[in-house]
Amino acid sequence: MKPFTYERATSASAAAAAAADNPGAKFIAGGTNLLDLMKLQIEAPSHLIDVNGLDLDKIEPTQDGGLRIGALVRNTDLAADKRVRKDYGLLSRALLAGASGQLRNKATTAGNLLQRTRCPYFYDTNQPCNKRQPGSGCSAIGGVTRQLAVIGSSDACIATNPSDMAVAMRALDAMVETIDPAGAARRIPVADFHRLPGDTPQVETALQPGELITAVTLPKPVGGKQIYHKVRDRASYAFALISVAAVVQPDGSGRVAVGGVAHKPWRVEAAEGEMPHGAKAVAEKLLAGAKPTDENAFKLPLVERTLAAVLAEARA
Amino acid sequence: MTKHDIEVTRRGVLATGAATAAVLAVQAAYAQPIVPLASLPSAKVSLVVNGHNEDLTLDTRTTLLDALREHLHLTGTKKGCDHGQCGACTVMVNGRRINSCLTLAVMHQGDKVTTIEGLGTPEQLHPMQAAFIKHDGYQCGYCTPGQICSAVAVLAEIKADIPSHVTGDLLPHASFSADEVRERMSGNICRCGAYSNILDAITEVSGETA
Ligand SMILES: Cc1cc2nc3c(=O)[nH]c(=O)nc-3n(C[C@H](O)[C@H](O)[C@H](O)COP(=O)(O)OP(=O)(O)OC[C@H]3O[C@@H](n4cnc5c(N)ncnc54)[C@H](O)[C@@H]3O)c2cc1C
Ligand code: SF4
Repeated sequence: MKPFTYERATSASAAAAAAADNPGAKFIAGGTNLLDLMKLQIEAPSHLIDVNGLDLDKIEPTQDGGLRIGALVRNTDLAADKRVRKDYGLLSRALLAGASGQLRNKATTAGNLLQRTRCPYFYDTNQPCNKRQPGSGCSAIGGVTRQLAVIGSSDACIATNPSDMAVAMRALDAMVETIDPAGAARRIPVADFHRLPGDTPQVETALQPGELITAVTLPKPVGGKQIYHKVRDRASYAFALISVAAVVQPDGSGRVAVGGVAHKPWRVEAAEGEMPHGAKAVAEKLLAGAKPTDENAFKLPLVERTLAAVLAEARA
Repeated sequence: MTKHDIEVTRRGVLATGAATAAVLAVQAAYAQPIVPLASLPSAKVSLVVNGHNEDLTLDTRTTLLDALREHLHLTGTKKGCDHGQCGACTVMVNGRRINSCLTLAVMHQGDKVTTIEGLGTPEQLHPMQAAFIKHDGYQCGYCTPGQICSAVAVLAEIKADIPSHVTGDLLPHASFSADEVRERMSGNICRCGAYSNILDAITEVSGETA
């Protein structure tokens, strides 16, 4: 790890202001992604702003019948919350499908949304990677691509977003609340929060420098059967090859977001009109324009079959 | 080598990991610029470790794991992968299990840390320690302190109604089963493969039959 100075933030606005004053600064919450990357010197902040002391660890009802989840709510606590289990089961399921008990005890809502890709070349500092070192090239293109993106990728980057939680948040139309260094608050729909790689794969979200996430809000419950199905190389404690997050209403209508296929949770609202017609019809629209490699082309039928299993489970 | 050189070498080793440690140990004294230790950022932190107050001034980069092992000489907690993937470094902080390798010591001002040394002693074993011995829940023993800390926490998590990936219905209170234990213990890897005996030990302590 590179040396860094350290401070404990005392308020959200002070934390954001401190980040703006220190161009090399990063916030640290659970630390489970940032420290991992700092040990490998993929991240090398010169200053850490510890946000764990901020009063952002509550889950509260919102005025319009939804929930406001503080940025520091731990993944374990969010998954175990009675209201979340009852009304947003999809979110509990996605959280519980991720990482391990130890990690979920530390991982926070904001940190989870901002976790970085698991592309093996991003982790290998001996290889070019446009995300790690802009302009150096992408080693994954033409390399080992089994885990990488099949849609929405670019000539600069074919990485995927590894978060399970974010896929559920996307299906549930969550909103990210932030505060910037000037103290101004804003709300960003999770749909616009994560970016596609384009020419700038190093820019992963809509956050501006120094902008701090304060909460994520969920709109009022949408009901339906809520199912998160994650397909991975071992039964537990592994990142998704693909995952399907679905809300299915009694009349067969609903929503679906997919993980493990793109640089962001993948949802195409137009495809959801096909839900009563079955998985094949949905998958065709959802994945139209996909550009898989030979190694990861399996993800396309895997999404369709997993969605079929999810729809069957919802009907059962 | 002067004492100062040794310090620098050791930092190089800590920063780079075991794989390249041997190479670095040779190179460090020659190739690395020697940074005076006093100029490296440090911070003070007070922890309560196994009931004892510990006031430390640490290089900010020190993980909780390294603070326990290298500064407090509590070497029961093990360093396996150092990346949160193996669970050997599992300890309890304020009653919850975490990977001590993926957190900085300075982030734990005032926190209560329980390590394997704090769970029980050779004379007075914690029931989970006794059950691991009885059921042969290990072979080489390297992952065992982490397995035991995790196992104690798993039973507490079920009691606290925290569901898991294999919980059938999210609404009723979480309950014990062999599948629940297997899923909840998946963050602790055992290369010797003592899993079935670990399950037997945890089952005995839970008072349930799996
Ligand atoms: C072995 C292992 C297995 C894993 N498996 C899975 C898995 O299967 N599925 C899955 O989804 N995840 C998995 N994870 C990832 C895990 O979920 C993330 O590491 C965790 O959610 C990150 O949260 P954190 O609070 O620890 O973030 P940190 O590491 O503290 O921070 C991550 C990033 O967010 C920034 N940040 C933190 N808080 C804020 C804030 N309030 N405002 C602005 N920026 C902020 C930090 O600056 C940093 O850039 C795994 C991790 C490990 C180590
Ligand atoms: S896919 Fe993206 S993250 Fe992976 S090597 Fe290419 S640029 Fe880097």
